[in-house]
Amino acid sequence: MAIILDHVSHIYEKDTEMAAFALKDVCLTIPDGQFIGLIGHTGSGKSTLVQHLNGLLAPTGGHIYFNGRDIHEDGFDKKELRSKVGLVFQYPEHQLFEVDVFTDVCFGPKNLGLSVKETQLRAFEALRQVGFPEDYFYQSPFDLSGGQKRRVAIAGVLAMKPDVLVLDEPTAGLDPKGRDEILDRIAALKEETGITVVLVSHSMEDIARYVDRIIVMNRGSVLFDDIPKAVFAHYRELESVGLAAPQVTYIMQALREKGLAVRTDATTLEEAQREILRALGRDGK
Amino acid sequence: MLRDITLGQYYQTESLIHRLDPRVKLVGTIVYIISLFTFQHFSGFAVAALFLAVMIRLSRVPFRYMVKGMKAILFLLLLTVVFNLFLTPGEPLVQIWKLTITREGVRLSVFMAVRLTFLIIGSSLMTLTTTPNNLTDGMEKLMNPLKKVRVPVHEIAMMMSIALRFIPILMEETDKIMKAQIARGADFESGNLLRKAKAMVPLLVPLFISAFRRANDLAMAMEARCYQGGEGRTKMKPLQYKKRDYLAYAVLLIYLVTLAAVRIAEGMI
Repeated sequence: MAIILDHVSHIYEKDTEMAAFALKDVCLTIPDGQFIGLIGHTGSGKSTLVQHLNGLLAPTGGHIYFNGRDIHEDGFDKKELRSKVGLVFQYPEHQLFEVDVFTDVCFGPKNLGLSVKETQLRAFEALRQVGFPEDYFYQSPFDLSGGQKRRVAIAGVLAMKPDVLVLDEPTAGLDPKGRDEILDRIAALKEETGITVVLVSHSMEDIARYVDRIIVMNRGSVLFDDIPKAVFAHYRELESVGLAAPQVTYIMQALREKGLAVRTDATTLEEAQREILRALGRDGK
Repeated sequence: MLRDITLGQYYQTESLIHRLDPRVKLVGTIVYIISLFTFQHFSGFAVAALFLAVMIRLSRVPFRYMVKGMKAILFLLLLTVVFNLFLTPGEPLVQIWKLTITREGVRLSVFMAVRLTFLIIGSSLMTLTTTPNNLTDGMEKLMNPLKKVRVPVHEIAMMMSIALRFIPILMEETDKIMKAQIARGADFESGNLLRKAKAMVPLLVPLFISAFRRANDLAMAMEARCYQGGEGRTKMKPLQYKKRDYLAYAVLLIYLVTLAAVRIAEGMI
C-alpha cells in the first residue's frame, strides 16, 4: 500500500508560448502511515504535485502507481482512487454548497454509493474527528466562521474514509489559534487512525513538530527529502529558495557560533530548551 | 477541461499587432467583417484570406492555438453548412430521399462556412492580441460621440471591462471547485441530461457565492478609491495614435481598394 511517483513531470499550457514546467522529474514514495510535510515556496509545484496523487491531473511524463497499479492505465477506477486518496484543497470552505453542514459532509460518502445509514454514520464520525460542535450540525455552512467552515470541508473529505489524507495548506488564512487547532486535530487523527497524511505548507514552523518526514520542493523538483532534523541542517540552502528553518534552528546555530557546545538539530522549543540546559550543565536540577 | 476554450482569450506575446492602438483593431475588425459580406466570388475570398493570413503572421499568435479555440463553435458551423446545403432552391445536383442538394446550395454553404470561419478567426484575432482593458478603452473612446445623446458610454465600457476581466477568474474558480468536488467523488460526466444538470449543483452554488463575494469585494475596493463614474476621470495611459496606427489604417484602406478592384475586374470578365 503506497503511492509511488516515477519520474513524474508536468507541463502547463503545453505547446504554447506560456508553457511552463510545474513538475520536473519527480520521484517519490509515500508509504503507509507516514506523516509527511510537503514544503515549497509559492509556485514550487507543490499544489500541482498533490493533484497528481489522486489523478486529478495526469502527468505529461512519467507514471504514478497506487498499490502497485498505474493510476492512468485503462480500467483503473479513478473514483475508488479518489476515495482512498482524500485531497483537501486550499481554502476548502469555498466548495461547500449544501443547505446544512451535515448534508454537505454526506456528499462524499453518498457519491461512493454507500447506504444512507453508512453515509450518515461516516459523516457523523468525520465531524467528530475534526472537532466540530454538534450544536451546529444543521446550520447552513455559510453562517459559520472561517475556521469552522474549514473543519466542515475537511470532514467532507474524511467522511470518505481515505487511506491517505492530503491537505493543501489547511491553515492558510487562519489565525494562530485556528491554525494550531486544525493542525492538532490532524495530528490526533493521525494518531487515532494511523492514516497517511501529506501536509502541504510553506511554513516550516507550522509543520516541524508534527511530521516525520519533510519533502522540500523547489521549481518543480524535489530539493530535499529527509527527516526534519536533516532537512533543517540545510537551513542556508532553504533560505536561498525562499524558505526558512524554524526559529529554534537559528537560535541553536547562533549559540554554537558564540561558543556554547549545543547540538543544532533541535526542531521544537522543548527540545531546544532541554539541549541548552544540558549544554549549560543544568539538566535535571 | 475549461481551459481549452481559448476563443478570444488574450494571448500574451510581443508583436506589431499587439502594439497597435485598440481603436485601429476595433475599426479594422468591424470593417473586415463587413467586407466579408460584400463579395460573391472566389477571388474576393482569396484577397480576404491573404489579408487575414498576413495579420495572423504579424500577430505571432500560433495558428494552432486559434484553431484549438475554433472547436467550440464547430457545431454552429456545421449547422449552417447543413441548412444551406439542403434548403437552398435551385438546380438539383444530388437527391437523397426528400432532401435535395442544389448547385446553389453547395456554393452558398461553402461560402457561408468560409465566411463564418474568417469572421471568427478575424474577430478572435482582435481579442487575442488586445488586453480586455485596452479593448474597452478603445471602445469607450470610439463611442465617445454618443455621450452627446446621453448614452452612458463610460459605464458601459466599465461594465464590459469588469465582465471581461472576470471571465478568466471565474473560469479558474470553476476549474478549482470542479476539481474539489471530483475529489469528493462528484461525477460531472456520466448519466442522462437530468442527472448531469443535478450534478451541476455542487459546482454552481459555490461558484455563484464566490462570484457575489468577488463582486462585493470589487465594489468596495472601487469605492475605497473614490470611484464615481466617468465624470472628470483621467487616464494614466490615454490612447494616442502613433505612426504605426495611421499606417495600419492605410493598410486597411489598401485591403478595401484591392477588394473593390478585384470585384470590378471580376465583373468585367
